[in-house]
Amino acid sequence: MIVEELNKIAVDERQEQAQFNHHLFVCSGTACLSAHSDEIKIAFEHEVEQRGLGKMCAITGGGCRGLCAKGPMVSVEPTGILYQGVKLGDVPEILDSLGKEPVNHLQADLNAHFYQKQHRIVLEYSGKLDPERIESYIAAGGYNALAKALTEMTPVEVIDQVTRSGLRGRGGAGYSTGLKWNTVAKAQSAQKYIICNGDEGDPGAFMDRSVMEDYPFRVLEGVTIAAYAVGASQGFLYVRAEYPLAVKRLKSAIRQAEKRGLLGTSILGTAFSFDVEIRLGAGAFVCGEETALIASIEGKRGTPRPRPPFPAEHGLWGEPTLNNNVETYANIAPILQNGGDWYAAIGTEKSKGTKVFALSGRIVNTGLIEVPMGMTVREIVEHIGGGIPDGRKFKAVQTGGPSGGCIPEQYLDTPVDYDSLLPLGTYMGSGGMIVMDDTSCMVDVARYFMEFCMTESCGKCVPCRVGTAHMYDLLDKITRGEATLGDLELLEKLADMVSKTSLCGLGQGAPNPVKSTLRYFRDEYLAHIVDKVCPAGVCKIHHDKEGVLQ
Amino acid sequence: MRSSSGKTVEAPSDDKRWRIVTATMRRHGFERDAVIEALHSAQEAFGYLDDAALRYVAQNLNTPLSLVYGVATFYNFFTLKPQGEHTCVVCLGTACYIKGARQILDAIYTQQGLKPGQTTPDKKASLLVARCLGACGLAAAGVFDGEVVGNLTPEDAITRIEEWVNHDS
Repeated sequence: MIVEELNKIAVDERQEQAQFNHHLFVCSGTACLSAHSDEIKIAFEHEVEQRGLGKMCAITGGGCRGLCAKGPMVSVEPTGILYQGVKLGDVPEILDSLGKEPVNHLQADLNAHFYQKQHRIVLEYSGKLDPERIESYIAAGGYNALAKALTEMTPVEVIDQVTRSGLRGRGGAGYSTGLKWNTVAKAQSAQKYIICNGDEGDPGAFMDRSVMEDYPFRVLEGVTIAAYAVGASQGFLYVRAEYPLAVKRLKSAIRQAEKRGLLGTSILGTAFSFDVEIRLGAGAFVCGEETALIASIEGKRGTPRPRPPFPAEHGLWGEPTLNNNVETYANIAPILQNGGDWYAAIGTEKSKGTKVFALSGRIVNTGLIEVPMGMTVREIVEHIGGGIPDGRKFKAVQTGGPSGGCIPEQYLDTPVDYDSLLPLGTYMGSGGMIVMDDTSCMVDVARYFMEFCMTESCGKCVPCRVGTAHMYDLLDKITRGEATLGDLELLEKLADMVSKTSLCGLGQGAPNPVKSTLRYFRDEYLAHIVDKVCPAGVCKIHHDKEGVLQ
Repeated sequence: MRSSSGKTVEAPSDDKRWRIVTATMRRHGFERDAVIEALHSAQEAFGYLDDAALRYVAQNLNTPLSLVYGVATFYNFFTLKPQGEHTCVVCLGTACYIKGARQILDAIYTQQGLKPGQTTPDKKASLLVARCLGACGLAAAGVFDGEVVGNLTPEDAITRIEEWVNHDS
């Protein structure tokens, strides 16, 4: 395929879509599917057929609109009306209303903070794209960035735009994407590889799942542009096996892109060739670490190795390898389309652009949001998130998963970006934000994360393998009300030792939830140890065991 | 470096499902890096990985059995034990934990005596836990025979499991 053909597909598709007066998108994300949105889509199709509206009303499975708590969501184009909590019985009423007044009691308030405060770049086509058809993506402007890169730009110019954008790795580490690309591009080797890290392992994070499910072509386009920029001919999408829908959509996307000449040999009629394969993860958190991920793609146990050498020089099968996160790649096409300077104008001085967050826990609007870097925690939790339900009191937001920490109430006005959260003892992480209220016990939460790290430790280095187990035992002892103040002291010493001596990020970060909860909620630890009570009423402390102190 | 043996070893039985496993290994040119992919397709075909499956993959990929066993036991997704007729997966992601996943597991244990990883004596139902299903918007979440169920309560979970255990399907 050549660029002219790409334009023709876009024109044809737009014409086809224009034939319909109404286009209904029924969300087909995991959350809405579990609320049986698939049955609602079938009901719409059935009803449209029965009413003989097939020529003027199209029904499509669409992407996630973000407000997962209120699904299933149905959006109506071109009016942009959005319905929430749609049930089977609502289908006729919605169809009756087409071209007339919308159904008020189902309508989502698009002026609400939840929608108004967001800035969507990665999720820009949110709910208005058929994730299973490449034509739909092309009609929305998809693959224009790849065409521009291949026909108008040299690899150096592509990297220059990415560097100017200020984009940093969205997996959480925040390394400059442009610098990373440059290192791989400069590495001398006949064979280079690209990896897209879709092994979203942080519990409480589902940004990448949604991006892969809803915008598989956007991810592929970003990966392909990266391959052109660094000179790679083979790519691997490493996706969790726990995300079957994402795997299915990516597989289908690869097939369609190959068929259209947007992957494979001579992409868009140029000399550039690139192939992509999917590799399934198998449920190992440590595989989010890049050297462990590489071992896993090579078919081995996912154990990390010391760096340097970094994968950019010595990666997959010893060759230079570029590894970025799903969301990082999803930012590439808009950056090339609009220019690096456009992207750099969004966000803060050191953290550019937007970030997708998964809001969950004790919050009204659980779901997926995208906001400019630098928005305060308060705006995210109270305005977009709608605050805490059931009249409960906010206690903390947990960010950064098992390697992160929590943000208590007094720091709610801290901006969220790569650097501002570090002094608080946590970090932005990959984007999971779990809100906790006064029903959560912070010692129990610390124990939960330590159990996670202990189980997920790959066992290669001693500090992590043994240290996390000991810390878990101590935390468990505290939650049972059997610990002494000496145990607390030992826990703090261990936390320091494990973070300083572990081989990879898993071990180095594992003590963070403990350190963070000790910093802000030490009184809760003391209540368990000295008074033998759990203030939140979560831990089961048997008072007949009080004698263990003596 | 990649290495391959090129020849295929005969399947452990004439069960047609072995062909799926063979096809996966062939697609990867019987190279060693196909271990995980091959185990995925064996588990998908048979429901779990038994000794025969591990040996078959090891021989065809010209890889020591110890290495294949290491991979199969390293990753949480692989299971070496057969599952019950029905499976219930309770998500233990942070959001689900905050919203009561532990209470769901406690209730299942109290009612059915099932701990994570166990199967009822009549082989009707297995209980598993997941690190995070990525369905945090639905917390607490569970998967019942492949269907994701959101806003799960201990009562819902028990009712669903009881239906499996008490009825022949």
